[in-house]
Amino acid sequence: MSFDLLQMGSYLAVLLLLAVPLGYYMARVFSGERTLLDPILKRLERAFYRVARVDVTKEMGWREYALSLLVFSFLGMLTVYLIQRLQGILPFNPEHFGAVRPDLAFNTAVSFVTNTNWQAYAGERTMSYFTQMAALTVQNFLSAATGIAVALALTRGFTRRETGFLGNFWVDITRTTLWVLLPLSLILALVLVSQGVIQNLSPYLKITTLEGKEQILAMGPVASQEAIKLLGTNGGGFFNANSAHPYENPTPFTNLLEMLAIQIIPAALPITFGRLVGDRRQGLVILAAMFLLFVLGLTIVYASEYYGNPLIKALGVSSPTTMEGKEVRFGLAQSSLFATITTAVACGAVNSMHDSFTPFAGLILLLQMMVGEVVFGGAGAGLFGMLVFVLLTVFIVGLMVGRTPEYLGKKIEAREMKMVTLAVLIPGAAILLGSAVAAVTKIGTFSLSNPGPHGLSEILYAFSSGAANNGSAFAGLNSNTPFYNITLGIAMLVGRFGVILPVLAVAGSLAAKKTIPPGPGTFQTTTPFSFFCSL
Amino acid sequence: MTSSLMLLTMTLLLGFIYPLATTGLAYLLFPRQASGSLIYRDGRVVGSELIGQKFTDPRYFHGRPSAAGEGYDASASGGSNLGPTNKKLLETIAERLAVVREENGLSTNEAVPADLVTCSASGLDPHISPEAALIQVPRIARARGVPEEKIRQLVEQHIEGRQFGFLGEPVVNVLKLNLALDALR
Repeated sequence: MSFDLLQMGSYLAVLLLLAVPLGYYMARVFSGERTLLDPILKRLERAFYRVARVDVTKEMGWREYALSLLVFSFLGMLTVYLIQRLQGILPFNPEHFGAVRPDLAFNTAVSFVTNTNWQAYAGERTMSYFTQMAALTVQNFLSAATGIAVALALTRGFTRRETGFLGNFWVDITRTTLWVLLPLSLILALVLVSQGVIQNLSPYLKITTLEGKEQILAMGPVASQEAIKLLGTNGGGFFNANSAHPYENPTPFTNLLEMLAIQIIPAALPITFGRLVGDRRQGLVILAAMFLLFVLGLTIVYASEYYGNPLIKALGVSSPTTMEGKEVRFGLAQSSLFATITTAVACGAVNSMHDSFTPFAGLILLLQMMVGEVVFGGAGAGLFGMLVFVLLTVFIVGLMVGRTPEYLGKKIEAREMKMVTLAVLIPGAAILLGSAVAAVTKIGTFSLSNPGPHGLSEILYAFSSGAANNGSAFAGLNSNTPFYNITLGIAMLVGRFGVILPVLAVAGSLAAKKTIPPGPGTFQTTTPFSFFCSL
Repeated sequence: MTSSLMLLTMTLLLGFIYPLATTGLAYLLFPRQASGSLIYRDGRVVGSELIGQKFTDPRYFHGRPSAAGEGYDASASGGSNLGPTNKKLLETIAERLAVVREENGLSTNEAVPADLVTCSASGLDPHISPEAALIQVPRIARARGVPEEKIRQLVEQHIEGRQFGFLGEPVVNVLKLNLALDALR
């Protein structure tokens, strides 16, 4: 147990240590200051704009920003869908996989473009290397860049005054991709390979085992996708078993790196935010609130797993009794930590099977997704989600003392509150409606693998995961049916764009406002009291 | 227009140049790992040190139960996904316990390490805990006609400690241990 605590403690320390410099670096990137990588990337960036005919000097209002985002996402979905349908005739397909079924292809396309990466398919049995690279890996980058772009636009809503403009969507996603996601992915991918993650284009390898049986080893360009799957908080595994597969996550060290990769950008963004709005404390307050909730969740998950499963213990099994669905090399500490991170951060990668977790631990995982994943949250999505809650808090507190609420010098008024309320309620509504339909229809309950109340949890988890754009699963639910593929697809769309659009609208109306200097009656958002209120 | 051109250039960079360049660099720097950490014996591939194999012969150490395909199907990874109170899970564990106890001559009041009777997450877990290996020593010594002490020593040599002294758990790689068993003479 002492080793377990040491591992969790050192993980959190390393995370904070790395998040600060990355946060500063991203602030430099987003405000267009000079960075070390400029000599190489500037040229590439300019080439991009030339080819895609982007006018860098052009600023966009919130409507145009949102429209560019929507069109880009829709085209991405269409491309992912078509590549899956056509993979049979495309190259890089040594296993000769045929076209993916339409409902599954739709689900997967939505899933990757919305940064959910719900996996209704088994990667090594369904997707060609072409699909994995050109469709899935690409969207792993772009959906993350899109999330960060929205967080940036919202930040500009606070920093700009009396303008309708929020920046340029194309510039935001290009810079995020080239300066942040791509270099980090390349380095991480190579370190992962050094530990044993595979990276090749070979056909599956047929071998004869020691006992003379045949075993087929699935191959593929795993490391390059693994890296961005985590850094972009996407979570869609190359293999069905995701980050539990030894070829995706071979050692405790890769596990540590993968956990860091999931959480590093969401942890660094509040620092970037503080820097960009010119008040570092604002960022630290947000980070501290996230951190506290996270440690609380982790404690409960680990304690519950450590306490074990009394039913299994009674059979005559020695501790740890909760090894069903866990890997020996990770044990309880690295499995509990990974599970807490992945549900808090909206990643959805798993290194253990959440369906088999003890009930209390499973409850926390579910809860973390339901609160909209603002405890760090997905790349960008976590920050703008948390800011939505901050606005809500400021508004309520403002009403209590009878003043017009303000945050960072911007008055928060009826229009912003309407949008904020929408952003908070829409994912919840999607979870509720989706689960309700699935639970009362034959077609919904047919897919359950665990009877009774646990079956309802599987359904609830699926829709929470979809609407919160998480993508992890209580995988006992056989969700690869037309019913679930389509309903979950819709839940993912609603959960993603039903939040992004109101957030951009808020950003637009905030940017248009004057910035008022804080007066004596201003509610200070960096005091311990306000920190407590946000929680 | 800009949308589609942007998607096209991004796809070229992120979908082809990035993964193919990573593949090239990986082969240059870490060719053994990039191609699957394969183990060769007499010039023939007998497996990967990262992917578990199914062992049922009493002369070999057995790994964990597996829910991947028919068991250790390395093209169909996955766990059982049975909930913690599911009757099916509890019954299966009870059955496996009976088998493990019988094979290894354990009495019913001796506790069995959990990893020997539960499915891993990937279904391809290459490891078992040191306790799970040690429990099998007498059976293997009997089946191979080798003194227990010698087998026990072999297990001790194959216990891999925590990485860097504190990460993960101590493990035994079943395939490597069984290869060492075969090499005993």
